[in-house]
This record gives sequence, structure tokens and C-alpha cells, in this order.
Amino acid sequence: MKLPPFDYACPTTLPEAVQLLASHDGEAKALAGGQSLVPMLAFRLAQPALLVDLRKLADLRGIRISENGVALGAMVRWREIEDDERLDAAHPLLKAAIAHVAHYQVRNRGTVGGSLAHGDPAAEMPGIAMTCDAEIAVVGKSGARVIQAADFFQGALTTALTPDEIIVEVRLPIWPARRRWGFEEFARRRGDFAMAAAAVFYDESEDGKARNAHVGVIGVADRPLRLASVEDVLNERTINEATIAEAETAACAAVDPQDDIHASAAYRRALVGTMVERALKRAAA
Amino acid sequence: MRTVNSLIGSPIERLEDLRFLRGRGQYVDDLARRDMLHAAILRSSVAHGRIRSIDVTRARALPGVHTVITAKEIGNRVPRVPMRLQPLPEFERFGQPVIAETKVRYVGEAIAVVLAGTPGIAEDALGLIETDIEVLPAVANRRASADNQSLLFEEAGTNLAMRFHAVRGDAAAAFAGAPYVRRESFRTQRHMALPLEPRGLLAEWDAALGRLTIYGGAKVLFFNRRTLAKQFGLAEAAVEIVENDVGGGFGARGEFYPEDFLIPFASRLTGRPVKWTEDRRENLMCINHAREAECEVEIACTRDGTILGLRGHAYVDVGAYMRTNGAVGARNVAQFMSGPYRIPNIDIDVALQLTNKTPVGTYRGPGRFETDFFRERLLDMVAQDLGLDRVAFRRRNLVSKQEMPYQIATITPFESKDEFDSGDYQATLDRCLDEIKWSEKSKLAGKLVDGRYHGLALGCFIEGGAAGPKESARIVLERDGLYSVYVGSSAIGQGLETAFAQIAADALEVTIDRIRGVFHGSTSYVGDGYGAYHSRSVVMGGSAILDAAAKLRDAIRVHAAQRLNCQASAVEIVDGLKVVGRDGSSVALNELSGESISAEGAFLNKKHTYTYGAHAAHVAVDPKLGHVELLDYVVVADCGRIINPLTVHGQTVGSVVQGLGGAMMEHLVYDQEGQLLTGSLADYLIPTASDFPNIRAVMLEQHPSPINPLGAKGAGEGGIIAAGGVMANAVANALSSLQVQPRELPLTPTRIWELVQAGRS
Amino acid sequence: MTEQGDRRSPVSVRFRVNGREVDVDVEPRLTLADCLRHYLRLTGTHVGCEHGVCGACTILLDGAAVRSCLMLAVQAEGAEVVTVEGLSNDADLTPLQKSFRKHHALQCGFCTPGMITTAHALLSEEPDCDAARVREVLSGNLCRCTGYIPIVEAVLEARAAYRPKTQAGDRGGDRA
Repeated sequence: MKLPPFDYACPTTLPEAVQLLASHDGEAKALAGGQSLVPMLAFRLAQPALLVDLRKLADLRGIRISENGVALGAMVRWREIEDDERLDAAHPLLKAAIAHVAHYQVRNRGTVGGSLAHGDPAAEMPGIAMTCDAEIAVVGKSGARVIQAADFFQGALTTALTPDEIIVEVRLPIWPARRRWGFEEFARRRGDFAMAAAAVFYDESEDGKARNAHVGVIGVADRPLRLASVEDVLNERTINEATIAEAETAACAAVDPQDDIHASAAYRRALVGTMVERALKRAAA
Repeated sequence: MRTVNSLIGSPIERLEDLRFLRGRGQYVDDLARRDMLHAAILRSSVAHGRIRSIDVTRARALPGVHTVITAKEIGNRVPRVPMRLQPLPEFERFGQPVIAETKVRYVGEAIAVVLAGTPGIAEDALGLIETDIEVLPAVANRRASADNQSLLFEEAGTNLAMRFHAVRGDAAAAFAGAPYVRRESFRTQRHMALPLEPRGLLAEWDAALGRLTIYGGAKVLFFNRRTLAKQFGLAEAAVEIVENDVGGGFGARGEFYPEDFLIPFASRLTGRPVKWTEDRRENLMCINHAREAECEVEIACTRDGTILGLRGHAYVDVGAYMRTNGAVGARNVAQFMSGPYRIPNIDIDVALQLTNKTPVGTYRGPGRFETDFFRERLLDMVAQDLGLDRVAFRRRNLVSKQEMPYQIATITPFESKDEFDSGDYQATLDRCLDEIKWSEKSKLAGKLVDGRYHGLALGCFIEGGAAGPKESARIVLERDGLYSVYVGSSAIGQGLETAFAQIAADALEVTIDRIRGVFHGSTSYVGDGYGAYHSRSVVMGGSAILDAAAKLRDAIRVHAAQRLNCQASAVEIVDGLKVVGRDGSSVALNELSGESISAEGAFLNKKHTYTYGAHAAHVAVDPKLGHVELLDYVVVADCGRIINPLTVHGQTVGSVVQGLGGAMMEHLVYDQEGQLLTGSLADYLIPTASDFPNIRAVMLEQHPSPINPLGAKGAGEGGIIAAGGVMANAVANALSSLQVQPRELPLTPTRIWELVQAGRS
Repeated sequence: MTEQGDRRSPVSVRFRVNGREVDVDVEPRLTLADCLRHYLRLTGTHVGCEHGVCGACTILLDGAAVRSCLMLAVQAEGAEVVTVEGLSNDADLTPLQKSFRKHHALQCGFCTPGMITTAHALLSEEPDCDAARVREVLSGNLCRCTGYIPIVEAVLEARAAYRPKTQAGDRGGDRA
């Protein structure tokens, strides 16, 4: 499982990196943490002519927390999110979800931008981006643009990025202090890709009703999903056992998973409901 | 002063660890040679097909590629992988050519070997080989195999490789008059040993001396040397196979595989050292698979729970070819369906069905893991039917101490008779129940606590060991007074050097630091050797060391007698340091002789040892997730005399976790076209550190084996054998209110959830 | 891939390994694991899967445990790499190694270097970690022999050696 031959470049500026990607007719690939790309190379599922290492690009680093929310530089590694105590308040859902990403060593290398660009439908970061209406800021040969998460994920390992584009950062909208949230995931083993996971949050109005409910799931389709029908169940309702049970049923009805070697479609459908149910119970607790 | 014979039975820290912990082990891929070529192997991506053409022109032209080998380069008739165990003539027609000749019969079969200057270039060249293969209908399971519509070997006219038959008493008569009969079907899934170190070989052909040296041997060096010498037309002495540190065996590593011919062949062809390191993708589709078995069995009992008979049919999917030990699992399915129980009448036949999948071989507890699942599940069902306590039901039927040695079912076609050697099977069961606090935890059985159902289960096992016919050892008293021990056994990570040093030191009545080393893993150390399989090393190699030590002590006395002017019988060896004559005069051993003194010993054995014991598990099942948490797991086993409690305990715990992998997650999944869908470690799941934290093992040594001078029995497999049956019984017990009865492994979340749904509807 | 273009021009890469400056010419596609093993002959780092699952190739990169099969050697430019050899000495086993030996936390030895490097990184960062944390961290390292239980015990017992001296005495018995 030796990697296929490729050239390697390690630019120090973003324009230089974009130029390198643009000059190879789609045969160049950006290398961030390498935790998904290198295995694909090892299986020769990807055989790029050039790898453009993003590790020297200062613009892609750092976690910025402001009144606009949380901005994660594309080269932010999972470990940085884990270690950043500010995020406990600034984005607890993100932190809870990232705790499920892979293993210790991978978390020391894997990056936010790499995960988004890889677009695995069972990965946590795309799920959080989707659930939270994240904006993904990218730069390419025709300049900078911002892509809404809902438009970014287009299928299994397929995103809206053009071959010359690099993710600069992902912006998660401001997280109100009193927001209720929950994250539930079930994988075959700790650190494996989710068979299914649910991220939910809602804000509570003064009369105790849910507003602005967001329900996202991963592992059940070719991309992370927002479940609008489940959100409809929750909005303007008191979140109690009855609404949660209704949400569980709605979640099962909202997805159409496929059989694979780890789970049957019927099981996955039920599991999505259970994940939503348990995430909501956490949120309401 | 140390007490004589105090090392055996002591938890000695391992000698091997000093190098392993510092990263100084030497595994085969750690070796390098000047001018070495690297091999990469093109493997069939088609499960069943006829080869029309193979074009290696473009691959050969790639800069850095030295040459490419296909069947054409090997000659008129490509050699076959031989049968090492049960080499019945009927199997010969199903032997695997070391490289695909006219057909490919499984995904992963070798088609061509590229030799290049770097491993990367060799792998690049694989993509440039053009094959034209006429795709034939794949035989993807045992039922398709039995249909004989698509034949793997047209000339044989059948996909049935063999049928084994286990017989004891008169099953037909027992069933005819039985007051209670139950019939059931069960299935275990294809999974594998998965040693953490993939295979590897480094072959060096010395053209001047006509000598072949191969590194990367393991397990059965001497058999492999005989095979290779024959295939190459060389004298055995011209072939040396060296075993490096080996990253796990578990039955699969070290058998003679196609590469064991191809890599030495490549070295002889090119005149250069050739190294091949199996990558994990290859490993998953090339090293022996195991465990894919199904059965339809019937049990006959009295109403009060005395088992009268067991009969039925079993089917083992043996994959595409009969390789070295590919019949062992099926044979054991026949012989050990009855396990440690007194079942007077047995009639089981087992069909070995060829399919277009990777060939099978042994994996720790071969045939026993499968049958423990079948039988222990069946026993729980019967106990439920008859309203019997599951423990009392087992107690009533376990072979008793008074019945030893106990004759078990005889296997045809080779009329192999066998008997359990010794033991008190009730005692390990009782201890196991105590350890897990059975009566206390029984109150939880089937209860729903915080959304999870609790379950409790047990199962019993026997573990065969000490396969003959022979093992050899040689001990040398070096001139400096230290002892070197040479053995024909093989180390595969089981701590052999330490255990053998303990045995040798005690036998020589010296401290362990007087043992310079235990040298194994080369066909040049002893005249013959048999290797590491069937939990045989300690019993066979250890007993051979005892024999060699006694002979060496005799030889030392003979030397000393000359120096001390007395009869050899009057010479006393004191502390392994000096010899003392009748008159009290003495000579230090390091001054005794100008040369080293050496003695060879051997142990011959036709019988088997039987370690035995019981497992129990306490689980909590989340019915919505289908997740099983293992809250407690206990193994109690009696393995005869224990050489090193530390390593025996460690191997048992490790063995349990492997078994839990097979019970809960491990599965080599194929589709109907014979494509392997679990081709990476992201899809073939084995237990990790967070899966099964609560496992305990209690190792007893109350019943030494009567058939060897050490009193030892094989160990290391007992932990795996009962795991599938016990976990399935625990899940059934937990979900008893939903009438859940698992009949198939692994117990994945999906499967458990589906059983729950079926129970609810 | 083109037939001519299989061998890209080697790139020079400099980094420190176990305190020693190294300068090697490598193909860009060479992984750090293969560079350590076959170019620098540091064969203690093992390769068990080459796709980032087994953890046998774990090394320390600027102090952090990483999988060296998922990194290119060229990416190590300027880094401080420590392998199992760098965590060992001739004179004696280290406290972590001694604990592994005492608890029989290794059998075939193949996963051991990755376990040692990973446990060293963990204990250096979190000398007070509990059993659950040890299990979580080690879940990225596969072992096929031990069943992990003795490894977890060994790591827990070695915690004391990683704590500041003043603290070690009174918290050494904490098994959490």
C-alpha cells in the first residue's frame, strides 16, 4: 500500500497555494492534516499529480471567537478544539461532537478544513456545519467566496469546492448562552465513523416553548442532513416526552438510508430516531 | 540459595520483553540487503474466471522494474501448496497452484509478481499489467457450492472437497426411543486470525553454493523446508528457513502459502535478494480465513435432562482451495460438536464445500469456537424447553473425573480415535460460577434496568493440545559454563523463550541466568522440528528439553568421571556449576572440557492433552441500539501444570478478547459476486482497548496431564473457544422476555436490533 | 500515473530524530514511517496497516503522538521526531517499560512501540488520567495478543513516574 507517485509543494502564501492547485488541470490536491487523504492515496483511490501542503499558510490557522460566532481556521486540528476551554461556552455542541472524531493520534493531525473538503457523510464536522448553518469561506483562482453549508455538501465525498479552491475557514453563528442542545452518536467502536449521530439545539422562549430548532444527522445519507420535518415538530412546542417521541418518529420517517456492511437500512432508520430522541432528552434535561 | 525446580510455576518476567520494549525486536520487514529487489503481487479482482491472457509488457518497461513473473515463467506445471495436516489423497485435486495457472478462484489469488527497485515502483507496475479474464459465475456460499452448477474444478465434477464423519455409539437407536428431541440450525461467520504483523519474506539464493536462505519463516519451519526443497529440487540441507520475531500467529501465520514459493523463486530467478512484505489489504484477502460454518443438529434427551444423542449435518465453507491445514477446522467441527459433555451417541457429518473465497486454515480454537457456539446455544434452548436449570443441566452431562480417560467420537475417513486425558470438569464450572457470583447476579437476569436488559450466561469448553508426533531439543554446555538451548519449536509471540528457559533451568538445576539463551526459529539449530500449532510448544518442546537436559547431565557425568577418576554414576553435579567426585574433589563446569558438551533430546507423543474450563458473562443490552455492554466476564480453566502463570494468564485474557471479536464484530463479508467487502481495518473490525474492559481469568493446575513428563497441557486457546456461545447465550438471557434466540454470529447491533424487532412483533 | 513519471525527483528533508539532526533525500510519496524504518533504519516503529488504523507506527512529532504512516516524510521538515528508540536506553528499562514488563502488557511485541509512544505522550500531558481516559486514548492502537487489560494496568501504574516528584508519593495509589 505504497502511495502513488506525486510531486509535492509547500507554499507559504495562500495565492501561491491557489496558483499551484489551479495550474494542474484538476490533478493537484490540497493536503491539510492528511488523515483522510493519505489512506485514500494508500489504497490508490486518489492519484493526484501534485500535493499542495497547506501547513505553512498562516491564514488558515486559529480559532477566533467574536460576537459573530466561532470561526475555525481550516488548519485547526481537532486537538485544538478539544483543548480550547473558551469553546465550552462559545460552542458546546461543536466540542461535544468533536469528542467523537477518530482517535488520539488522528486528532493531533486531522483538521477542520480537511474534514469538510473530504465530505464524508458520516463525519462529525460536516454534520455540525450543516446543523449550525455554517458558512464556509473559500479562496480560488477567481477570488474568495462564501458557501453555505447546505450548498457545500453535494454527495458522498463530493463538495462544492472547485479543484483550485481552498477552504480558509468555517464560521459557526453565535451561540446564545442559554441555548439547549444535545449530541448523540453511535458507532461500532469508539472512534469509528458514526452509524448514525444527531446534533440538536433549540432556544427556549419565556413560555418554555422551543424556537429555532435545528436537527442535523450524519451517517444516514450521502451527505449530512438537516431534518426540517423534525424541526417542525419541535418549534413552538414544549419539549417533553410526547414531543420527543413525535420527533423520533418524524426523524425515522425523514431519512431513507441504504444497507451497508455495518447496518441494515431498517436498523439505521430506527437508529436515527433513537439518536434524535436521546439528543433531545439531553437538550431538555 | 535457590530451591531446585523453583522456576516452573513462577511468574517470571519475560526475557523477550527487553528487546520488544525498546523497539529492538527484529521482524522480517526490518531486514534489508544490498541489491535487494522488492516484490509486489498482482492479485485477482475477479472471484472466478478463466485467464485468457496476461500482458506484462508495459509493467516490464516501467523504469525501476526488474522483471515480472507469471505462471509462464515458472514452468510446465506450477507447484501446489501442499496439505500439511490430513493430507488425504482426495484433497490433492483441490490444491492451490502457487500462482494462477488457467483459472482464478478467489479475489486475492496471485496472478503475477513484479520485482522492482523500490516497493513503490513494484506497486506502480501492478497497474500496468493487463489481464483478460473471462468471468465465470461465482460460487459465493456453501449452498451455491452444493448445487455444483458452477464448478471451481471442472475436472473434479464437484465442489464438495470431502465429508468428515464423527461417530460414537448408535445415534439412530438413541433418537428412535428418545422422549425429547430438538432440532436447530446455527451459523458462524467467516473471520480470521489477523496477526498484527502482516506476513513477509526475504529470500536469498546463493548461486555459487546452490543454497537458499529464507527469512520470515514461522510456526512450521521444518515442514516448509521439506516442501520447498522438494519444489526446488534441492537437498533439505541446502535450504535454511529462519524465523525472526513474529508479530502474532494464532494459527494463520507461518503456514506454507503461495508466496513461500514465489519469493524464493524470484530470488533464484534474478540472483538477487528479494523481499516481499504483505500489506494489510493483501493480508485481509490472502492469509487463511476461518470459522465459516453452519449446522443443522438434533439433540435427544430424557425429560430430566440426560443427553442421549447428538446428530446432524454441518457445512464448512473452505474457500477456493485446500491449503496446508484447511481441513482441520471442519474435522474439529465434527469431533468437538459434543464438547466436554458425555454424549453416548453421536452421528455428525461435515461437508467441506469449496467456494470462490479465500481458502481457510486454522485460527485459534479451530472448529471449537464454532461448535461451542452451536452446542452451548442448543443446551440453553433445551434447558428452557425442559424447564431445567441451565447449570444443573450442564452439570448432569459433563464428563466426570471418574470417566477419564474418556473416549470421544471417532472421525472417518481416517479413523482417528481420541480421548480426554484428565480433569474435573465440574470443578472449573463451580469455580467459574463462584467467581462471577452467579446466584447473586441471577436475580438480574432478564431484568430491564435503566433501559437496558441484563443477561447472564455460561458455557463450557475443552481445548486440545500437544499434537505429536515429535519435538526435538538440544542443550549445549558451553565452555564458559553457560547453557544454550536449541529447539525445533517456533516462537510466534507466545513467550516461548521465557517458558523454555524456565523448564531448562529447572531441569539442569541452575538459575535462569545460567541459560545463555533459547534458540529457536532456524532449521539449522536441530535436526528436525515440528513447530508451533495445536497448543503444542510447551508440552512437546518442553518435554523434549527435559529429555535433552537429562541426557546432557549424563554426558557431563561421563566427562567428569574421567577427570575425577571415578564412575560416572558417582559424579554429582552441584548447582549446575561444578561436578564433585566420590572423594569430594571437584571441577568447575567451565573448566571441565576444552569443548562444549552437547546432548539432543526428543519427545514423542501420539495422544492429546485436553485443557478444559468454563466461561461466564454478564451483559447489559440496549434494545434500541442493539448494543451489548460486557459488564463482567470470567474464564476458569485448568491447563495442567503451569510453567509461567504470568504468560498463561495473559494469553487467556487475550484469547477471550479475540473470541469476543468473533462473537460481536469480526466478519469477512463477501457479496454474491465473491467480492470481499471488508478489505480494510476500517471495515474489518477487531476489538480495541475501549470495547471489553472487564475480563477476568483464573488459571488452575489441579489436574496435570498424565501423558507427558511436565504434566502440562496446551494453553492459550481456551479463552477464545467459549466466547461466541457464552455471549450469544447472555444476549438470549437478557432478551428472554422478547423470546430472542440468536442463531448466528456476530452479534452486531443490527442483528440484535433485528432480533428484538422480530421478538416484539 | 505516467510510465515515465513514476520516480519524482527526490526532495531533501531535514529534521531531528531522537535528538539527532538528519538530512535525507526522499521521494515525496515516501511516508514518514517508511523513511524512519528504511532510510534511517529505525525499525522500532512498526507498520501494521498503512491506512491509519492500527497505531503501530505511532511516533511523537513535536511532542504529539501521530501516526507516521499518515504523514509524508517531507512534511516532517524542521520537526522534532521521537521514536520508541528515543524513549529507550541501554542501561535500564524506563519506568513505563518496566511497568509493561511487570504487567505482561506485551506478547508478540509488534504493537508495543506504538503503545509505548502513545502512552508516553498521554502520560506526559495527563499524568493523572484515569482508566477510562487510558482506554479511550489507546483505542487508536490495535493489539491482537493481550486483550488490552494488562496494557491499561501498566499505563496506570506508570503514571506515578510522570508526575512531579512532590506529587508522586501521595497520589501513586490512585487507580481511578
